[in-house]
Order: sequence, then structure tokens, then C-alpha cells
Amino acid sequence: MERPLTQNIRPDGQTVDIAAYEQAGGYLGLRQAIGSLAPAEVTRIVTDSGLRGRGGAGFPTGSKWSFVPMGDDAPRPKYLVANADEMEPGTFKDRLLMEGDPHQLIEGMAIAAYAIQAEVAYVFVRGEYVLPARRLQQAIAEAEGRGYLGNNILGSGYSLALHVHTSAGRYICGEETALLNALEGRRAIPRAKPPFPQASGLWGQPTVVNNVETLCNLPHILARGADWFKSLSRTGVSGTKIYGASGRVMRPGAWELPMGTSLREILEEHAGGMRGGLRLRGVLPGGASTDFLVEEHLDTPMDFEAVAAAGSRLGTGTMIVLDDRTCPVAMLRNLEHFFAQESCGWCTPCRDGLPWVESILDDIEEGRGRPEDLDLLDLHTHLLGPGKTFCAHAPGAMEPLQSALKYFREDFERHIRDHRCPWRAS
Amino acid sequence: MLSPEEIRAIEEEAPRYRDRQALGIEALKIVQRHRGWIPDEALAAVADYLGLPREHLEGVATFYNLLFRKPVGRHIIRLCDSVSCWLTGQETVCRALCGEHGLTMGGTTADGRFTLVTVPCLGACDRGPVMLVDEDLVGPLQPESLGPILGRYE
Repeated sequence: MERPLTQNIRPDGQTVDIAAYEQAGGYLGLRQAIGSLAPAEVTRIVTDSGLRGRGGAGFPTGSKWSFVPMGDDAPRPKYLVANADEMEPGTFKDRLLMEGDPHQLIEGMAIAAYAIQAEVAYVFVRGEYVLPARRLQQAIAEAEGRGYLGNNILGSGYSLALHVHTSAGRYICGEETALLNALEGRRAIPRAKPPFPQASGLWGQPTVVNNVETLCNLPHILARGADWFKSLSRTGVSGTKIYGASGRVMRPGAWELPMGTSLREILEEHAGGMRGGLRLRGVLPGGASTDFLVEEHLDTPMDFEAVAAAGSRLGTGTMIVLDDRTCPVAMLRNLEHFFAQESCGWCTPCRDGLPWVESILDDIEEGRGRPEDLDLLDLHTHLLGPGKTFCAHAPGAMEPLQSALKYFREDFERHIRDHRCPWRAS
Repeated sequence: MLSPEEIRAIEEEAPRYRDRQALGIEALKIVQRHRGWIPDEALAAVADYLGLPREHLEGVATFYNLLFRKPVGRHIIRLCDSVSCWLTGQETVCRALCGEHGLTMGGTTADGRFTLVTVPCLGACDRGPVMLVDEDLVGPLQPESLGPILGRYE
């Protein structure tokens, strides 16, 4: 089984320097792109490869780039931003990639920047990621020293400045237009779309924002071709995916596997199943803002379409496991506390609705719930659903809630009926 | 007043950004690195130095959770309170920190040694429960392992 994204990553946690990266075939994809392909050809190869965004939304990468104005009349400068603001609860894949193989991200960024003809690129890395930021800084200096970044890259005439920006915090910065406001030194509130960032992004200039894992795929696609990349997956949905599992499983971790590996295989073979004596009750397949899947869904291939058909989203592909000795209501309270706290406050349904949801869950968990509270929660899943708010934050918050109300409704009802949480000692 | 070191650090960042507004967050981070937090007079000095409205910079400073607008202790403990750590025992760790170790959530110890705050998912969910002490990520935490860990920070 091929694991292009993690092939260089060392089990001891040490990083890969530029010599080791080059020795493993690194920067061949960039040489290929800059040396022999026009920008439009790079975009076509990436489109043909079927690569879709690994940050959560799954938008086709080549298509995203294709909206950037090209040619001599295009506004300049253009920007490329790597979204390294990994803050989706339960997600720990981009940290692995940046700490373990920072040059892979840098090469991917240089390829993407070349394809859209960007002059400047930023890695927007969350402030708590101290080690990833440090290793990226070091790797950027190495890459500049070898002519992979900076002026006249590899003698091609193409130049790119790459900077690391460490964030000052907040989950909402992972939303791409909020991220751009943060880079501009503003409060990180999302922007209205359209215009999309490809037309008017950072400082009003054409900008592409791609996730770290997405960008890390590019060197391999360029070096080995679109057909090879498609052949990596089990289900025709292109490439590998870094899957993860956390919660009370035997071996929490992250593994690069063929796209379309089943939930069951990830949980049972790689995560080693549940910890002793525990049973699986549910799984958030791709981070906090995805719908629960339950035991009947375990044979679902973890790709975009199959997870959607099962009623959830692939999201970040890093799953959070709920066991049978943990209270689902308390878990939802934890999740909605997070979403309420991280609302940017810009639009009213999200700013006021999410704390209301949290306080209802507080009441139910603390034994103060009323039967009509379940109707209120149901109502909120509609009032805060897609299309009702400025960005995807509140709709994302409703995904675990609406599915919990579906699969674990008896647990909510029991809390209300008994005026206590059955999982807690009375 | 900004110190010469602070001004030098701000100007080192300047070429990486297109304008002075974008430099605002960087400047606040630099002030915090030198002073531990961002006092009113430092915020005003940054705003004046960069030519930004103070109200704008105040709005920015109060938006981002890694910027402190109140004094903090010598060491910052950021305890992850997101779902994966919660599932693996974060509440017992929090109780131990706030109980036997005498910390208060959102507060600073009387000796000025520690400030304890929560933080969303630290991206180390396979090592939960985790916390960040200054720049050090530690986990998986057990209530009984906290004493030796805290002992490393004076």
C-alpha cells in the first residue's frame, strides 16, 4: 500500500530536513511543474487527478484554482494561503504533516502558487502550533537556500515569497474568508460570498486558500501523474486520506490509508477497536461539525459520496468515537459549548442561537430539562441550518445535534423524565 | 511607550505584510511577548505607532483568545476542553488542577506562577487529555501526573 503523504514521516517524531527530503524524491514535482509545464497545464493535471479539498468541504482543487484570473491583465499581486489553522475538534492530521515533513507542504505550496501565478504565499498556522511553525520556518530557510523559493525559482523566472503567519487564535479563522480578515489585521469575521477569494481575496487581490493536506498531495500528483493518484483510492475518489480516531479506542492515532477505506477497518484494525469493556455507540466521522454515524454505518467507505449517502460528511476524516459509558447529552453539551464560544458574533442566529442551544443542553444534563426542550432543540437545527446564517459555523454545529436527536433521542428523554443524568452517580 | 526592542521586532515583521493594519496583530503579539500581556497604554502606543485607530486595535485585541488584555502569571496553562480530551478524562484533570494544585479556571495563582485557561482542541487528540504549558504540549495527562509536570515551571 502506498502512503505518499506520510512516507517520510519518522516514528520518532523528528522532522525531515531538505537533504533527506530531496533524497526521497522531494522537489521533483516542483521541478516538473516549473521546468516543463505551463501554469494552465498544472491546473489541468490537478483537475484530472480528482483531488478534492481535505479541509472539510471537499471542493475540487483544480476547479477552485480555475476561477483565478490569469494572463497579463490579471490583477497583481496574487496570493496563495495554506490553511494550517487546524482547530476542528478531533482533528490532528495537519500537525502531523507539518511537523513530520514540512518540505512536502512547502513544495505543494510552490506548485499551487505557480499554477495560479501567485507572487506571495502565507502559511496561516494556529498560534498554539509552536513546533509546526518553528519547523516550517526552518524548512523555508532551507528551501530558499536551494532555490526552491524566492527570486527566479530554479532559473525559471518565476518568483515566490513564502511567509509563516502565526494566528492569534479563534476557530473561525479556519473559515477561509475569516482567515483573510485575520491576515489583514482585522477581527476574523467571515466575508460575504460572492465575491469569492479567487476574484477578491487578501487585500482585494486574487487569492486561493487550500488546506495543508490538500497541498501536500500536489508534489506527488505532479511527479507521478493524475492516473497514479486516482489509482490510490479504493472507490475511485482519488488519492489517500489521513484518517484518525480519538476517544476511548485502544490505539488513538492517525493513519494514511486509501481513500474509501471503511469506517470499520479504520476503527477495528487501525484504532484497535474499543477500549476494554466498552461498546461503540456512535462516530463523528470527520470532526465536531459532522453528523453522527452509528453501528449500522460501519461498512461505509470513508469517501465524500459514501459518507454523505450515510447522512454525514467526510469532513476532515478524523473521527471521534462515542462509547456506551459516556453520556451522549453531555458530549453534545461539550460540542455546543465549543461552537457557542467560537461563534464570531457577527450574525444574530449564530451569536444568540448557539448559547441558547448550549443552555438547553445544560438544563437537560443537569436534570432541569422539560419535554418541550426537545422541540426547541429540533427547532434550532432548522433555524441555524444551512442558508440561515452568514457562514457554515452554525450549520456545522447543528450536524452533531440533529443526528444525536435522531440516534440518541431516548437518552435525551430519559434525562428529562428522570430529572438526572443516568451516567452520573447520584 | 514602545521599547526599542519592540519597535525593532515590529519593523522586522513589516516587510511580510502589505500595510500597517495587517501589522497590528503582529505588533500586539510582540508586545505580549515582551510584557506578558497587553496593557492599555501599550495598546494605545501600538495604535499610535502604526497609525491605526485605537478602537480598531482594541476590537482586534479583544477578539483573539491568544491575546491577553489582563495581567497573567509567569506560565500559561492552556487546558484543552474539546470533545476528544473530554471523552478521555479532561474533567478529572481539570478538577485536580483546580483542587489540589490550587489553580482557578481563568485565574492566576496568588504567587503569580500560573494562569489557567481553557483552549479549543489542541490537535493532539491521540494523546488526550492534553494541555499546553507555555510552549510545551503535554499529554496524555493523569491527575497524578500533574504535580511533576507543574514542578518544572517556576
